[in-house]
Amino acid sequence: GNWARLAAQQALTQDQLLEFDTFGNVSLIHITDIHAQLKPIYFREPSVNIGVGGNKGAVPHVTGAEFRKLYGIEDGSPSHYALSSGDFSSLAQGYGRVGGLDRVATVIKAIRADRPDAILLDGGDTWHGSYTCLKTQGQDMVNVMNALQPDAMTFHWEFTLGSDRVQELVESLPFAALGQNIFDVEWDEPTELFPPYKMFERGGTKIAVIGQAFPYMPIANPGWMFPEYAFGIRDENMQAMVHEVRAAGAECVVVLSHNGFDVDKKMATVVGGIDVILSGHTHDALPEPVVSGETLIFPSGSNGKFVTRIDLDIRDGRMKGYRSKLIPIFSDVITPDADMAALIDEQRAPYVSELSEVIGQTDSLLYRRGNFNGTWDDLICDALLSERDAEIALSPGVRWGPSLIPGQDITREDIFNVTSMTYGKAYRTEMTGEFLKVVLEDVADNIFNPDPYYQQGGDMVRTGGLGYHIDVSQPQGSRISNMTLLSTGEAIDPARNYVVAGWASVNEDTEGPQIWDVVESHIAKMGTVTANPDNNSVVVTGV
Amino acid sequence: SGAVALSSLTALPAFASLTDDAIAELTGGAELGEGAITLTAPEIAENGNTVPIEVSAPGAVSITLFASGNPVPNVATFNFGPLSGSRNASTRIRLATTQDVVAIAKMEDGSFQQATANVKVTIGGCGG
Amino acid sequence: MASGVKPRVKVPKTAAAGETITIKTLISHKMESGQRKDDDGNVIPRSIINRFTADFNGQNVIDVTLEPAISTNPYFQFEAIVPETGEFKFTWYDDDGDVYETSKKIEVS
Ligand SMILES: [Mn+2]
Ligand SMILES: [Mn+2]
Repeated sequence: GNWARLAAQQALTQDQLLEFDTFGNVSLIHITDIHAQLKPIYFREPSVNIGVGGNKGAVPHVTGAEFRKLYGIEDGSPSHYALSSGDFSSLAQGYGRVGGLDRVATVIKAIRADRPDAILLDGGDTWHGSYTCLKTQGQDMVNVMNALQPDAMTFHWEFTLGSDRVQELVESLPFAALGQNIFDVEWDEPTELFPPYKMFERGGTKIAVIGQAFPYMPIANPGWMFPEYAFGIRDENMQAMVHEVRAAGAECVVVLSHNGFDVDKKMATVVGGIDVILSGHTHDALPEPVVSGETLIFPSGSNGKFVTRIDLDIRDGRMKGYRSKLIPIFSDVITPDADMAALIDEQRAPYVSELSEVIGQTDSLLYRRGNFNGTWDDLICDALLSERDAEIALSPGVRWGPSLIPGQDITREDIFNVTSMTYGKAYRTEMTGEFLKVVLEDVADNIFNPDPYYQQGGDMVRTGGLGYHIDVSQPQGSRISNMTLLSTGEAIDPARNYVVAGWASVNEDTEGPQIWDVVESHIAKMGTVTANPDNNSVVVTGV
Repeated sequence: SGAVALSSLTALPAFASLTDDAIAELTGGAELGEGAITLTAPEIAENGNTVPIEVSAPGAVSITLFASGNPVPNVATFNFGPLSGSRNASTRIRLATTQDVVAIAKMEDGSFQQATANVKVTIGGCGG
Repeated sequence: MASGVKPRVKVPKTAAAGETITIKTLISHKMESGQRKDDDGNVIPRSIINRFTADFNGQNVIDVTLEPAISTNPYFQFEAIVPETGEFKFTWYDDDGDVYETSKKIEVS
């Protein structure tokens, strides 16, 4: 498109990105859902992100041109490229990659130069999502994050390393590992490993940071990997913690949350006394906070693409005002921090040859985000159908995974960036048409239930070889219809068995090759990937 | 209309009527009040095999739990003794599917109180 | 089911006279529901803990009737009044006739 040239004309500088009129007496720095992306990547934001119930049409469920209109963002501008979908491939040519923790380090150092005692908070999903993170069981990310000197962290995908490894890594952390909702499953008591909150004395005041881990860990991820722990939202305990920290003199209460945006928004109306929620998990990035009740909610994106700086004026027992900025990490604009760049390369050094091996090329944009499908997931489904000789493929609706733009090589690292996990086996099994419907209905209700407390924050399971209609406004059991086997055009027969291949099963006894090997083999055979940009196998109504 | 018409994960009506029968047996068909009993259950079960349930009914002599979507609805009865410190108890129960959990308290005056909580049991497996 | 059944309880060591305390109990037990089938398709017979009682100095605190819908390793939490120094006695009754007991002393100051 025609926006690429516009983009190139708008020279962006590091000073502009960092520009901030220091305010109040306390600064917070929030980064979340890095998914182990140490290096700059491309990341296309979703064009389909449907809100339901009270959140219909509310941010972050506004995308593309509508999103830009809502925030007064000019077409082709840096903010357009960073925050919204639309002409992504062409803007990516002009603006380049985003993220990279060496650039993030530069930004954090600059904020600390301004406010030396700024509180750096990591919202979790940090120790998951790359080849090196999988091979080192999170050690690469721990080493790199420690160098950024965070003050606290909370958790989600970290637990898929297994509870023994989580305990080992958490015990090694030089900062607080928080989770008011992480409980010992046996006696239903708080754990020693994950305290509920930490108090900070900064700028002549006391700030409490309460951690909120992902509430639905054992459902969305394999609970058998961390059977010692229970989670949940635990509103009542959150309220008790807010009272406890207020009684201990906190003049400002911050929740470092991995609830997901709509859950945070509801929690802010249920639990009183929270000033700020730093929001993660659903990977939304908004240029300004959303106010829910008395609480400011700041969602800071994913994959190392953004850092949020929030300056607070805290006086006389309360928060009097704020100033904030969602800083996009344009990797060609922000100078990498040399020490951090060296540390990152040190983590990657043992694996460089495997990482950089070129498996194929893409002449199309490969992306993941979207409620129903994305071209990366279409490719993964095709790989499952072909390599596992299946009629139907199922691929989890996760929101992590960088994009590739047309003309790029597909390296092994790129494949791991969208598939790596500790339960990646690609199963092949038979399911009846009836059971397939139950699966689709079940997942759909975890995404489109009008009550945010029933939403687990992912996207719809991706289907290959199977088309269907979904009315998102209906209740569970009535959303899915017109299920069709795409290879024949026939309606799915509830009584017939279908050969289904999929991956990321939460069942302990799953068998099959690893998904990254399945995808690599498929891409190697294709050579050059050409994606269909208009997958219309899911027909959506009730929006 | 849909290519596939199915009952979903919701409880079969037969099970629900079993629960009605079991409640009638307990109460002798007496009227069921509300408001003096609290039943606390998670919105979504983290594990359907062990769902934490808490009941509380000040002034109760006993509280009985039913799982309306299980093949057998009866779950447990808590009888409070003279040294019970409150009419409050917690346990963990098995839920076969998404369903209503029902708690019936028998009060000191012989009347009955009822509370219901829906617990979702999901296959799960996705995430952000 | 007599093997490997282990009761555990959490009771405060001290209390004030007349204080209400929280007690938690667990017992390791598979709670075979009688609904499951083995690999040959035969129903696995029911074998559960069917009753649990807690008493203090011979007076009852709580008496629970359990059905197969109670989870593996039955867990209970409840509150007790402690009028004087003495001993809690916890008893679990197994379908197979076995009875498991444990007790805890509490000092009233
Ligand atoms: Mn995430
Ligand atoms: Mn997450």
